[in-house]
Amino acid sequence: MDHQEAAESLVLVRPRREAEREWLSFLTRLARRRTALFGLVVVVVVMLVALFAPWFSPFDPLEQEITQRLRAPGWQDASGRVHVLGTDHLGRDILARIIHGSRIALVVGFAAVAISGVLGMAIGLVSGYFGGRIDDLFMRLADIQLAFPFILLAIAVIGVLGPSLQNIIIVIGVSSWVVYARVVRGEVLSLREREFVQAAVALGSQDWRVLLRHVLPSAFTPWLVVATLDMARVIVVESALSFLGLGVQPPTPTWGGMLADGRVYLSTAWWLATFPGLAILVTVLGINLLGDGLRDTLDPRLKL
Amino acid sequence: MKVYLIRRLLQSILVLFGVSLVVFLILHLTGDPTLLLLPPDATAEEIHRFREAMGFNDPVLVQYLRFFRGAVQGNFGDSLRHGEPAFALVVERLPATLELTAAALLVALCLALPAGIISAVRRNTPLDYVTTVIALLGQAMPTFWLGIMLILIFSVQFSLLPSSGRGDLEHLVLPAFTLGLFTTARITRLTRSGMLEVLGQDYIRTARAKGVSERPVIWKHALKNASIPIVTIVGIELGTLLGGAVITETIFAWPGVGRLSVQAIFNRDYPVVQAAVFVLASTFVVVNLIVDIAYTYLDPRIRLR
Repeated sequence: MDHQEAAESLVLVRPRREAEREWLSFLTRLARRRTALFGLVVVVVVMLVALFAPWFSPFDPLEQEITQRLRAPGWQDASGRVHVLGTDHLGRDILARIIHGSRIALVVGFAAVAISGVLGMAIGLVSGYFGGRIDDLFMRLADIQLAFPFILLAIAVIGVLGPSLQNIIIVIGVSSWVVYARVVRGEVLSLREREFVQAAVALGSQDWRVLLRHVLPSAFTPWLVVATLDMARVIVVESALSFLGLGVQPPTPTWGGMLADGRVYLSTAWWLATFPGLAILVTVLGINLLGDGLRDTLDPRLKL
Repeated sequence: MKVYLIRRLLQSILVLFGVSLVVFLILHLTGDPTLLLLPPDATAEEIHRFREAMGFNDPVLVQYLRFFRGAVQGNFGDSLRHGEPAFALVVERLPATLELTAAALLVALCLALPAGIISAVRRNTPLDYVTTVIALLGQAMPTFWLGIMLILIFSVQFSLLPSSGRGDLEHLVLPAFTLGLFTTARITRLTRSGMLEVLGQDYIRTARAKGVSERPVIWKHALKNASIPIVTIVGIELGTLLGGAVITETIFAWPGVGRLSVQAIFNRDYPVVQAAVFVLASTFVVVNLIVDIAYTYLDPRIRLR
């Protein structure tokens, strides 16, 4: 191996190692915050449960056994199988339904955040970078968007279009861009004046290139924090829609739908409504703590 | 100052225009409002006549202008179910929603301000930890679940409070706490961080150095300055509360606009839906305008902008 080759391989190896080290240091800094670590663990567990739901689930979530309806938590059926969290009004295992319900929550969460995140990022970049009329237009649109009690608009639109997984994702996704756009725009406003961006412009880079190569990577951090915290909100909105009967339709298990079922049996079977709500609470708490941790680690100045 | 107010007023009017456009578009989402408004067994003849009568064959812009003219005068057509004007139905329910929202906000402020201040002053004590944990839980708890749990405990288990309807103060307790909890959690955290920030400022140290006792330092010097972001968030939270009222009203059978609109959606009573969305959004816009104006009096620095 001659010198030149050695030098090349060195150059190739170094950046990756440095990037790795940066990741590691970021992770250790994040993990040092105990609450953030707790959040991270919760999020990872919920994601694993959703991914491998059939393996985790003790029962088929749709399997009805009408003779075993409304059994209390810990009930053991004739064949010795235990319903840890009890059964619902159709004799379905509640734990199994909660495990499978996490899938809808996470799918809607990720998909809606992806739509609103990309939309908001694009609007924020363009608005902040070009300013002027375009900026005015988008910011007025944001004002209009914020004037609506979100959940009411969502149920009105879904009421007209009909409830389906796709419609729920689109409605939540399209109407949640404002927070992203505002945060990214604020970031771009200050980035625009920084030397490295000015230099790129001075060297004759085209606008889209400056935006994508130089501005976007720096605006990514606050965006990520917003996306994490927004995910928690989206999961609550999804379960609220399901609770009102405008979510993914039965028999598919959803946390909100289970709560709505349980509400009817509140005086006789408390476990029906209690456990799905706890699932939402723990998931949302975990995501919030992770988001807070990300914010404090990545960008303590960010006020959200 | 005047320029700011006028600009702010024009902005609000512009937003209301946008609100009316979105409300108009709700009916046109599927392309043909006739199918939404008429029962599914309507004959072709009926559909044709209805379309003519409602002007659905006109260009969309003409239809929107007609809708806007009606909306401004409070005319959204008659409720398909009740036969009365939709706007009147909504306005009739508005006081109930405002009562619930105001009560929730009152609960939130009464709990959150002391909790946030004590948490900041007694930083890193068990009291602070307990408050912080409760606030975190409050922010993660879905309204509808909290409502159901409160009913389970206070109505089903102990029969202390009524779980549905509107009447005396007793009926207001559970819905107001349910609706107010998220806002309580948010304002608590904001008050805590705001107070912590202000308490670290030089003028607080100066006041203490001059021998001002602890009580006026916290309640006068610090709280006054920490209250500015709190006022802003109260304006924003009102939107959250008005939206949250939709679900809280449904759980507690509270006869407000939110419950009316949820029922209207399931009855496919779209004039009522449109009127409800328009009225709630307008309420929010007007309240925010008032908050902004109040704000300029609280914080003279804004007037200079």
